[in-house]
Amino acid sequence: MSTTTYGWLVLAFPLLGTIVIGAGYKTFSSPAHARAAGWIGTAAIGLAFLAALGCVFSLQSHAPHDRQLVSSLWNYASTAGVDARMSILVDPLSVFMILVVTGISTTIHLYSVSYMDADRGFARYFAYLNFFVFSMLLLVLAGNFLLLIVGWAFVGAASYLLISFWYRRSTATKAGIKAFVINVIGDIGLVLGTFFLFKHTGTLDFLKAFAAAPHVFSEGEGDVVAGCLLLLVGAFAKSAQIPLHTWLPDAMEGPTPVSALIHAATMVTAGVYLIARMHPFFELAPAAQDVGAIVGAVTLLVAATIALTQTDIKRVIAYSTMSQIGYMIMGVSVGAYAAGLFHLMTHAFFKALLFMSAGSIIGAMGGEQSLQKMKGFKRAMPFTFACFVIGGLALSGIPPFSGFFSKDEILLVVGERGGWHWALYVVGYLGAFLTAIYTFRMIFRAFYGDPTEPARELEGGHLYHAPEPTNPANGEVEDTDVGFPGPTHAIAERHMPMRIAMSILAVGAVGAGLIQIPNVDYGIEKFLEPSFYGSTLYTVHTRDGLLVFGLILGTLLGLGGIAVAWRIWVVGAGRPATAMQERFKPLYTLFVNKWYFDELIDVAIVRPTAMMGRFATGTFERVFVDGAIVGGANAVVRACSASVRAAQTGLLRYYAALLVLGVSALGLYFLLQT
Amino acid sequence: MNIGWYLAVSAVVFCVGAFGVMTRRNPLVVLLCLELMLNGANLALVAFSRMWGNGDGQILALVVMTVAACEVCIGLGMIVAIHRRRLPIDVDELRELQG
Repeated sequence: MSTTTYGWLVLAFPLLGTIVIGAGYKTFSSPAHARAAGWIGTAAIGLAFLAALGCVFSLQSHAPHDRQLVSSLWNYASTAGVDARMSILVDPLSVFMILVVTGISTTIHLYSVSYMDADRGFARYFAYLNFFVFSMLLLVLAGNFLLLIVGWAFVGAASYLLISFWYRRSTATKAGIKAFVINVIGDIGLVLGTFFLFKHTGTLDFLKAFAAAPHVFSEGEGDVVAGCLLLLVGAFAKSAQIPLHTWLPDAMEGPTPVSALIHAATMVTAGVYLIARMHPFFELAPAAQDVGAIVGAVTLLVAATIALTQTDIKRVIAYSTMSQIGYMIMGVSVGAYAAGLFHLMTHAFFKALLFMSAGSIIGAMGGEQSLQKMKGFKRAMPFTFACFVIGGLALSGIPPFSGFFSKDEILLVVGERGGWHWALYVVGYLGAFLTAIYTFRMIFRAFYGDPTEPARELEGGHLYHAPEPTNPANGEVEDTDVGFPGPTHAIAERHMPMRIAMSILAVGAVGAGLIQIPNVDYGIEKFLEPSFYGSTLYTVHTRDGLLVFGLILGTLLGLGGIAVAWRIWVVGAGRPATAMQERFKPLYTLFVNKWYFDELIDVAIVRPTAMMGRFATGTFERVFVDGAIVGGANAVVRACSASVRAAQTGLLRYYAALLVLGVSALGLYFLLQT
Repeated sequence: MNIGWYLAVSAVVFCVGAFGVMTRRNPLVVLLCLELMLNGANLALVAFSRMWGNGDGQILALVVMTVAACEVCIGLGMIVAIHRRRLPIDVDELRELQG
């Protein structure tokens, strides 16, 4: 099979999975066949993963300069000047992305088979999840701007469906709407940015547009900068970068595997992919690159500070995701494409693992997500504990775990750019220190200390269930009859599929960093190089003292952060934290309220918009539309009809006379004419 | 015979009919006058038809007669209906459709 055939297969399997599960929804709703939907979904993604592997191997058999393959099935829209085809681009960058997406998705589907077992919406869940994977693969395999936009929008829609999956929870539906609205803002940015670039390149096809870019744009030209800034809006919305990030923490209302897949490992990294894919344009727009780098750096620091103070375990990980994606955005914006994508991959492993472990603890807590109620699960949940610690060490960048290599790689390139980029370098390492603190804050709070009631019950062999299932976000009593969420919970210690999925990811979190060890092998960098041949920034960097300094500094900061967390949460049992909250009260208030971004957006955008809406209905519509336009037309018609009403006497003879007169007049007129 | 005579008779019949329609108040008579008008027109049609030696006008006259028969049916039916409801048989009195 040719390389592109594998590419099409990668797309076909998840789509087929969606259709089969969706069409057979009635069948899969019956308890006898419920599990089948899960296995079909998992198998579809597993097959897609195998096809992705096929893609890699057959791509490597091409000469390096022939590794950008395009294949089109049919014309999508072919009119004057538009050449959109149903085409995919298989090159090292897209293959790298499909490998990550299908690989992580397979484990998450497997995990979900157990995790969602008791949920009535089991089949619906897997249909959505397959649809999401299809959309994401479409996004990364798209061979032109049009399909990219289609995939981009599909992904947003799938995210909406999955966030508000438990649609009987008011908090979940609100979070879904919020995510969708912000994603649509991003979509608009992407579309408008595409217009700016299309106007000059005259083609939607990626490879043709990239080839044309240096000829039609001069460096720093207004249109290319505007186009790239608009693309950045799309990237920021999808990747939850400030100020379009507020949907991500709320998206944690979705089921935990969804958070692991969409809101940690794959969808939110689409912005990183976009910037890397559009590098020929971004390199012509240094201003846009600087904006990306600065926003990434600000996001990574702000998100880390918020993560320090949150108490909902999933939200802590969500802010951590934001922060890590800040690193990636910063990386790809300064030209560290390989490093940014490398971090994307390692992050996918360890963040999905962290979410899965968190899901396991939430299962043991009977659906409760607050860190304040979790304590002492270390003995009760040894497997989950091990996975959480592996994920935490990888996230904190402790050698030899994967995060250690990828994060320092990004910061090394940032440092090498010199100049004001040193500020970003410092911010990056400051963020790394905070990362270690908040990660181990979670671990020490959830697993250490005296076991709480659920932990003790679990040690005794019984899984705790809340006496009355409630929504952890607002305490509403839940409707378990229809399975929102399932009445029983699942933990990794008891369910084999969950354990297998977590074990695979744990191996990845430990070992994925070994693919690219500085001065030993440059696996990722060499693999991705054919996609970046035209790039001026993509070089195999000369390793020097900065590299060693960065690695050592990263390790020390990570270990230091863990030590701080240990001192506060294990030795001091949380008391130093309370003391610090008192001492730095304004700062703590700022962090715990998430830097007031929600309120800021509310005041700056939501309220003015609502006010305009009220003005439109109350004043504009009532006075202008109803009063002037509708009322005016009415009055004119009335006046006209009043004037001709006199002619309507109702007298038959009068009408007859008029008729005769009229016809006579006409006849006379024609007679006189001739 | 000159066609002018036929047309003159036709015009006279038509004008008598039109005058009747405009002046009479009894709906029955109004209907009769309408028929007169139609027949005036028919006469003209047949006369022209003969002048050109062409049957089309005569066919049209037959059609007009059919239409007239239908019209009379409806008209008479309406008069009977008006009478049954004890309404005045006077077109000037039946003027509820005034604007």
